[in-house]
Amino acid sequence: MQSAPILSIQNIDVFHDTFQALWKVSLEVRAGESCALIGANMAGKSTLLDTINGVLHPTTGNITFLGQEISRLDPFEIVDMGITQVPEGRHLFPEMTVLDNLIMGSYTPNARRHKDKNLQRVFELFPKLKDRQNQVAKTMSGGEQQMVAVGRGLMANPTLIMIDEMSLGLAPIIVDEIFRTLQKIKAQGVTVLFVEQNVVKTLKEADRAYIIETGRISLTGTASELRDNEDVRKAYFGI
Amino acid sequence: MGSGELLTPILMGVMLGGLYALSALGLSMVFGVMRLINLAHGDLVVLASYASYAVMTLLGINPILGLLITVPFMFILGILIQKYLMSKAVTIGTEAPLIIAFGLSLVIQNANQIMWSPQSRGINTVYSQASFHLFGRQLPMIYLLDFLGGIVVMLLLHGFLKWTYMGRAISATAQDTRASKLMGINTKRIYYWAFGIAMISAAVAGTFLGMTFPFTPTSGTTFLTIAFGTVIIGGLGSMLGTFLGGIILGLVQTLSAHFFGANTQMLTVYLIILIILAFRPQGLFGR
Repeated sequence: MQSAPILSIQNIDVFHDTFQALWKVSLEVRAGESCALIGANMAGKSTLLDTINGVLHPTTGNITFLGQEISRLDPFEIVDMGITQVPEGRHLFPEMTVLDNLIMGSYTPNARRHKDKNLQRVFELFPKLKDRQNQVAKTMSGGEQQMVAVGRGLMANPTLIMIDEMSLGLAPIIVDEIFRTLQKIKAQGVTVLFVEQNVVKTLKEADRAYIIETGRISLTGTASELRDNEDVRKAYFGI
Repeated sequence: MGSGELLTPILMGVMLGGLYALSALGLSMVFGVMRLINLAHGDLVVLASYASYAVMTLLGINPILGLLITVPFMFILGILIQKYLMSKAVTIGTEAPLIIAFGLSLVIQNANQIMWSPQSRGINTVYSQASFHLFGRQLPMIYLLDFLGGIVVMLLLHGFLKWTYMGRAISATAQDTRASKLMGINTKRIYYWAFGIAMISAAVAGTFLGMTFPFTPTSGTTFLTIAFGTVIIGGLGSMLGTFLGGIILGLVQTLSAHFFGANTQMLTVYLIILIILAFRPQGLFGR
């Protein structure tokens, strides 16, 4: 059984100045699922997330979130509506403590009302952050910083959390831990859209996935469908 | 000359430095948040000196009390400058806002010239002639007020940046603009605030500088250089560094006047700034 889409993208074109980064991209994210966006470097994954977030705007096409058209809105409006992004490379506030980074996550009016509840939730998810809350972010290891980044995203009280390349540059054991966290986030009812290059792992964890190649969605389906797809097997599993 | 002789210029330098730090804070904040080198900063400080002069001569209000008028005036002016002159320019690169700031500097200088004539002015108050005693030295009261004014406003700003959502959002935008947008911070509005707050520091600095030294419509160049020097010595982004940078520049100025005569003091300041730029461009306390 399928739940209703909370995010629906129809035929968007997105440009970086004169360079077209996305071509007629359509995508749906359904309530409560974990959906993955798979693709190589420069395929347009981060561009797509930034467009959903309002950092970039499509020249054509529509983006609706919970039934409302959002493609012309600014990031601060979209974040307040319940879409948050954990950016690639984490982008923590380097000079701030862990706690201050988390508090910045609850900046929007909607998130501020739920700050205490969300802080408790983040500390339950990452007990380590509770112990380290007064540590300055830039002095932490990559894996710990990724936890802060995901935690900061959850502080925004999101309906949809988008996580960009969370495993990039991290040790495999930490990657496993973070993927487990993803399942916990999903279990709490937050819908997850995540971007990955690690195809094998992604198709194990996600409910559904989209494959994006040079700015176009080339394939979509449930994770098991994609695992069985011959082109995917050839391209990503080497068999 | 005994070492006791040095105590007077050292005390005066430290006190003056507190005020220099405050004037540099505005320059540092606008650069930190928007990566904009506000070449008009010194002229805006002088504009605040004239505003306080006007408040005193036209309304007969003590300029320190008059800050209740000059501070909001400069704050609003800062927001208007950001909104109507800089807002578009800061999004397309660093050159355009730099040139706009330079143009603004010329406009303010010439406007002050027309309104107030090139003649030198001073904000003379009851404090101008007063003195106080510290470690057995008699020192001008105005230097103590400079220091207190600088410290109080810096501490208030520090508290604002650390303990309020808006203040934290300003720091966040300075540290990572992209992440700030993704946190739902309206960075455009943060830019207004940053410029407005920078102008609060300019308003207080301009008022006290105007009570300490005579000023003309072109004094902005000197004030800009002092603010630059303070930021260069202190390194960007650290309020403590800015504070120490201001004190070092204050000391350079008063000690140089003490040893080499009053007319060398600014030359020494410029030389020190150049030497530090050449050998430690990240600043003495910068990372």
